[in-house]
Amino acid sequence: MEILEKIEKIVGKNKVEKLDDGRLVLNMGPSHPAMHGIVRILLTVEGERVKDAEVEIGYLHRGFEKTCENINYNQIIPYTDRLNYVSPFINEVGFVMAVEKMMGVEIPERAKYIRVIMSEIARITDHLTCVAANAMELGAFTPYFYLINSRELLYQAGDMVSGGRVTPNYFRVGGTSFDLSPDFFEFTRNALKELDKNISDAKKLIERNRIFYDRLKDTGKITKEEAINWGFTGPMIRSVGVDYDVRKYNPYLVYERFDFEIPVCFDGDNYSRYLIRMEEIEQSKKIIEQAMEQIPNGPISSDDYSVSLPPKEEVYNSIEGLISHFKLTFEGPKTPKGEIYFAVEGGNGELGYYIVSDGTHKPWRVRVRPPCFSITSAIPRLIKGGYIADIIATFGQINMIGGELER
Amino acid sequence: MEEFIKILSPEYINLTLSNILLNHKNDIYLIIETVLKIAAFYGGIMSLAGLLTIGERKISALMQDRIGPNRANIFKFTLWGLFHPMADGIKMIMKEDFIPKNASKILFTIAPVISMVPVLVVFAFIPFGNYLDLGFYKINFIILDSDLSFFLLIAISSLAIYGTFLGGFSSGNNWGILGAIRAQAQMISYEVVVVLSVLPVIMIYSASSLSDLTLKQSGTILGIIPNWGIFVQPVSFLIFFTAALAENKRTPFDVVEGESEIIGYFIEHGSMRFAAFMFAEYVEIILFSMLASIFFFGGWQVPYLNDQGFNLGSFFIPINHYLIVLMQLASFALKTVFFSVLVIMIRWTLPRFRFDQIMRLCWANLLPISVLNLLLTALIIRGIK
Repeated sequence: MEILEKIEKIVGKNKVEKLDDGRLVLNMGPSHPAMHGIVRILLTVEGERVKDAEVEIGYLHRGFEKTCENINYNQIIPYTDRLNYVSPFINEVGFVMAVEKMMGVEIPERAKYIRVIMSEIARITDHLTCVAANAMELGAFTPYFYLINSRELLYQAGDMVSGGRVTPNYFRVGGTSFDLSPDFFEFTRNALKELDKNISDAKKLIERNRIFYDRLKDTGKITKEEAINWGFTGPMIRSVGVDYDVRKYNPYLVYERFDFEIPVCFDGDNYSRYLIRMEEIEQSKKIIEQAMEQIPNGPISSDDYSVSLPPKEEVYNSIEGLISHFKLTFEGPKTPKGEIYFAVEGGNGELGYYIVSDGTHKPWRVRVRPPCFSITSAIPRLIKGGYIADIIATFGQINMIGGELER
Repeated sequence: MEEFIKILSPEYINLTLSNILLNHKNDIYLIIETVLKIAAFYGGIMSLAGLLTIGERKISALMQDRIGPNRANIFKFTLWGLFHPMADGIKMIMKEDFIPKNASKILFTIAPVISMVPVLVVFAFIPFGNYLDLGFYKINFIILDSDLSFFLLIAISSLAIYGTFLGGFSSGNNWGILGAIRAQAQMISYEVVVVLSVLPVIMIYSASSLSDLTLKQSGTILGIIPNWGIFVQPVSFLIFFTAALAENKRTPFDVVEGESEIIGYFIEHGSMRFAAFMFAEYVEIILFSMLASIFFFGGWQVPYLNDQGFNLGSFFIPINHYLIVLMQLASFALKTVFFSVLVIMIRWTLPRFRFDQIMRLCWANLLPISVLNLLLTALIIRGIK
């Protein structure tokens, strides 16, 4: 690399940190605008080409799994909100359903529909954040605000039912904590209409924009076999032509009752990931609309009072109700001895919970299968040989979320 | 002015000095005129650059459904956010002036200055109006007129690139070095295209000074279209616009800065050093806008307006000379502001190119088109003659 030697002639000897063969070592992150402050990529570059890359994670490790061993099942739910913090409802659904499966609890229909609606709203917010942030990092600032504005409306819908905008803490083992608020349906319908408008505005700016297309097309490419071997799930695996989606392959809740499709692309590049995310937003909207049509009236949590809280009339008027309330509040639901794995389709892919119980009120061990862990481990494979600028596009479309990655 | 000369008469100052002054009356007029012009024109550019910083934030806010900055106030009086440039300036001055240990100190210090000075100097060649006839004295609205001002402009303004890449090289940061390498490649490549795209215009009007060029863009083609560069050389305009935007290092060509990629060549520059780079960028926007209006939109020319008044075919309205001067100054200012706003709006609409795509656009697309355009223009001019 003669250019580095020339630079040294101008600015003085040993002012340029470089390897013996003239390659530059760059420390991308954790305080780098594109790395979200939560990951570090150690790059070796030759000119603009990435020759080697090493991903270092752990900047957001909070000991979620260890914390779970010391608290009861209902107390874990607020912590799951902090896993994938742009789609908190899905994390909660995954966790409470794992516990319910272990306990063998059946939840009422209405609760199932509420879980579906909130999961799909969370999926939309997740995809919106990913596409918006990706566009922003590629220099298109304006679509970011269009998409984030409609994400905000959907966050408000979540706020309406749960009282929490980002960390709702809404679902409980055996159902949900409250019923939907009366004007929720109208608000969500309006929010979806607004979303339609904002998405078409943003699409006009980026989707068929030559610059945006050239930045994403044929970058971060991976083949089908490799993607399967790395353990990709979600939009990343669907971008290589595998239609794996937990909602279709292992239908949970009431997903088999809805008419929706799993979008698949075959190119395995960033642009197909973008297209899949945009199409999944449409499909999620379709599911929400169907669910809002079909949702039945009825109770929102199980009538087994060892699992979910009894209604207040029983707590105040009967000794059994009072005891159940007391036991559940102080001890939490009790699981039988055993172990369970349950997965839901998260924003980034298969979000699994593996819980081992020793028959008490607290889990003996909780292991989360975060979808973006396997994808993040493939970053060196995805970016090697490309340009430095491609890292931004690829990293954005991976949608690495520090919370669920490092737990 | 006559009174001014009286003040300088022997009663006030000693005889020899006043004699010198009287003998060099025109020189004194020239000095006063130049100083006034510099104060007015550069004052205008500086305040426009300051306004562009807040304008950029407000326009982007407008485009993005936001409110934009509106909090800086003096006694709760916010003036629609107009105090923000001042607040920014004060903040920049108050910040710690930091030189990294690994940096090459002299180059690191002078780099912001080098990037700023050439851009400011070339404004001397810009004709911002025609002339003002005061009866006893005629003022040309240009600070420094020269027959070769176009070439001087290109030569001096291309020095600004030294500031950019020395700033990156000397910071002792590998990201800065990457930015500087990108800057060198991009700015030098696009300079070629900028010059080649303007040459056809220079050839058609056969004028190599900017004031001459503007003068020759008066009148009409076919009696209805103003005789402006854009109507004579539309292809040139498109190439010039693209290339000058790239020369300006703004989105979609901001890979040199690329805030989410390589953070930029000024990564280690803080406080006023960074502000100098920033300010130079805004001044460059103004320069670019002025050049675009001079080369392609007739500079200070107002359509159908000549020295006496409005003239369209047989239709004629005589207009007062001072009013004409005002209209011409306003026309130039309006065109400048229009292009500045256009540049800002482009920035907030388009994503960023990748580095290799920028270079391909330059060498594989823009350069051949501009060379072809130049050859065609030369052939046509030759054919007509």
